[in-house]
Amino acid sequence: MAIKDYLRERFFPHLWCSGCGHGIVLNSLLRALADLGMSKNEIVMVSGIGCSSRISGYVDFHTLHTIHGRALAFATGVKLSRPELNLLVPMGDGDALAIGGNHFIHAARRNIDLTAIVMNNRIYGMTGGQYSPLSGQGIMATTAPYSNIDYDFDTVELAKAAGATFVARSTTYHTQQMTKMFRQAILHEGFAMVEILSQCPTYFGRKNRAGSAIDMMESYKENTTPIGSKSKMENPDLIERGIFVQKEVPEYCNEYDKIIEKAMKGR
Amino acid sequence: MAKPKLKEHIINSEWCKGCGICVHFCPKNVLEMDDEDSALAARPTDCICCKLCEIRCPDLAIEVILEKETE
Amino acid sequence: MNENIKFVQGNEACVEGALFAGLDFFAGYPITPSTEIAELLSIRLPQRGGKFIQMEDEIASMCAIIGASLTGSKVMTATSGPGFSLMQEALGYAIMAEIPCVIVNVQRGGPSTGIPTRVSQGDVNQARWGTHGDHAIVAITASNHQDVFETTVEAFNISETYRTPVILLYDEVIGHMRERLIVPKEGEVPSVKRLKTSVREGVDYHPYLPREDGRLPMSDFGGVHRYNVTGLFHDMWGFPSDNPKVVHDLLRHLVDKIHNNVNQITKYKSYYLDDAECILISYGSAARSALHVVDYLRPRGEKIGLLELQTLWPFPHSLISEKCRKAKYVIVVEMNMGQILKEVRIAVEEPEKIFLANRIDGVFITPMDIRNIMRLIQGKGV
Ligand SMILES: Cc1ncc(C[n+]2csc(CCOP(=O)(O)OP(=O)(O)O)c2C)c(N)n1
Ligand code: SF4
Repeated sequence: MAIKDYLRERFFPHLWCSGCGHGIVLNSLLRALADLGMSKNEIVMVSGIGCSSRISGYVDFHTLHTIHGRALAFATGVKLSRPELNLLVPMGDGDALAIGGNHFIHAARRNIDLTAIVMNNRIYGMTGGQYSPLSGQGIMATTAPYSNIDYDFDTVELAKAAGATFVARSTTYHTQQMTKMFRQAILHEGFAMVEILSQCPTYFGRKNRAGSAIDMMESYKENTTPIGSKSKMENPDLIERGIFVQKEVPEYCNEYDKIIEKAMKGR
Repeated sequence: MAKPKLKEHIINSEWCKGCGICVHFCPKNVLEMDDEDSALAARPTDCICCKLCEIRCPDLAIEVILEKETE
Repeated sequence: MNENIKFVQGNEACVEGALFAGLDFFAGYPITPSTEIAELLSIRLPQRGGKFIQMEDEIASMCAIIGASLTGSKVMTATSGPGFSLMQEALGYAIMAEIPCVIVNVQRGGPSTGIPTRVSQGDVNQARWGTHGDHAIVAITASNHQDVFETTVEAFNISETYRTPVILLYDEVIGHMRERLIVPKEGEVPSVKRLKTSVREGVDYHPYLPREDGRLPMSDFGGVHRYNVTGLFHDMWGFPSDNPKVVHDLLRHLVDKIHNNVNQITKYKSYYLDDAECILISYGSAARSALHVVDYLRPRGEKIGLLELQTLWPFPHSLISEKCRKAKYVIVVEMNMGQILKEVRIAVEEPEKIFLANRIDGVFITPMDIRNIMRLIQGKGV
């Protein structure tokens, strides 16, 4: 299927700013779905609130645009009641890890079969540039006018510790890697988390003199490196890209089916 | 197998927001911004059909169309 | 012994009602005095192929049932005051997106952690206005286990009919007290099925275009119609809109679909109202004591009656106004500081004849409490 067939074209041009990385995430995600030959009726996309979460309006799937931070909780309800559906859950960094942090770790812990996508622009885009739990120290934001003193999370480490059975990271510069990761994450049976570093030129870029969208993407190229690369050893500040965890662990809905079996026998 | 051959770049100027990502990252410098800040395939003959512009376009505004591959 | 006769807690009667109504999916988080509902459903639901999940909090529980409902499941969650507070944002989402779901609040004393193991009816107004923005809500209650059963079925029926969340506002005494319940046979109590769209695949389906009778046929997520569901104001396809007419019309629709059907939704019980000079108005466990007072005083020649409300929201103002027209005294019996009293004052023409008999100390209001207050009101001294 051509990726255009997955779009609700009547809502284009989309509402994201010029150069916003969220559009590149959408682009790569649709390519992954096309590569897998997935049909529109088998996909449910659940998003929260934020610039990133507006992604669900643009795709011709079953789409559930929910409330800030709770996408994974809604998705858990959809998935558990209809396990045959494929659940995609794109979230902003604030959405996934500030207000939604609790749902994030618990969905990971259950190993419920969802694909969680964290579109990490290290800022609150929708509300105009406040700092997020992924901004990190020294970042300027409208609520950190003297620079941010909050430490940031490492999304990958957090997902690993919470028990996610597929954990990966890439950037909007590395589109081919991103598309491949999405494919693998979708095929993975269990909780998959893909973090994509995605530029917000409008707020993060301007506030932090990070330049244009192009400059920000160039910096993703320069400041990241494949997992375990030699350059990482030489420069520990580089952010690793790649698949950090990929393991087979019994999936939640399958386990619940066994509970049903047990309960029915016990009657 | 023959090399993929370009038919055309279809650029939807209604969707393009003029970020310049395609122009900057094209390895062969095929694209330019036009007067209205929309991308334009200025040197299509240089295109190597890598589709990086299409894949990286945040506005989903570019399609690189190939000639039907002939054996 | 007839296996349909049970001696159960109110929470168990609620579970029986929910299962009777066709509950498929429950998500919840433990909290006294509602926990038995979750515990029982964790046993009973998988026995019939249903799903139970204990979520990480009440916010997640509310969100999970909304997600499950969209796939065609009948859904419920159960909680008490603190958890009900956490559910409010998602409750508003269910109102806006018109998603059928049932929320049980077995009330305890608040605010805050309050008095977890004692009774209160303090969440009546929270049920009405807990979530933000103009909206309508349905909240119903019951005073005995047979009624708990039927009210629970009714909650699912209203929820499906009007595509709206329905709040079951029980209280600690009802939840924990044991008494007899006769579980009806299938069909003895009507149960409303989900209204599914008859629009075929490939034909344009409008998820938010009501039929002529006001009902919205649904298409299950995962089915042949793909559409958008959002908490934003939206058009008939479910896509966000800030068009003033769309916004206005949707808000009117959300409120009118409930308020225009007050008469159909309203359930109540009346005892000796025809010639009553003194009318008690009560609901939930407090109505048990109120009924006791009526049963005691009637044979002793007092013209006293009871109006037991089962529907609290939408408030049946015209019913109250009509029933109380001839009464000399109207006494609202409730275990809060007068939350229903305020509505009764609005409904009744002579507010000076309305009084409150209440307790707010976590102790169940007894018939003696009510009679003592009545003596004061009637100037007889205690
Ligand atoms: C309960 C609640 N609190 C706050 C908000 C306001 N709000 C909307 S989006 C957002 C943050 C968006 O940032 P992020 O999730 O990182 O996504 P982005 O917009 O950057 O893509 C906030 C705080 C809200 N909608 N709901
Ligand atoms: S504000 Fe930032 S995140 Fe939001 S659309 Fe603009 S660039 Fe993207």
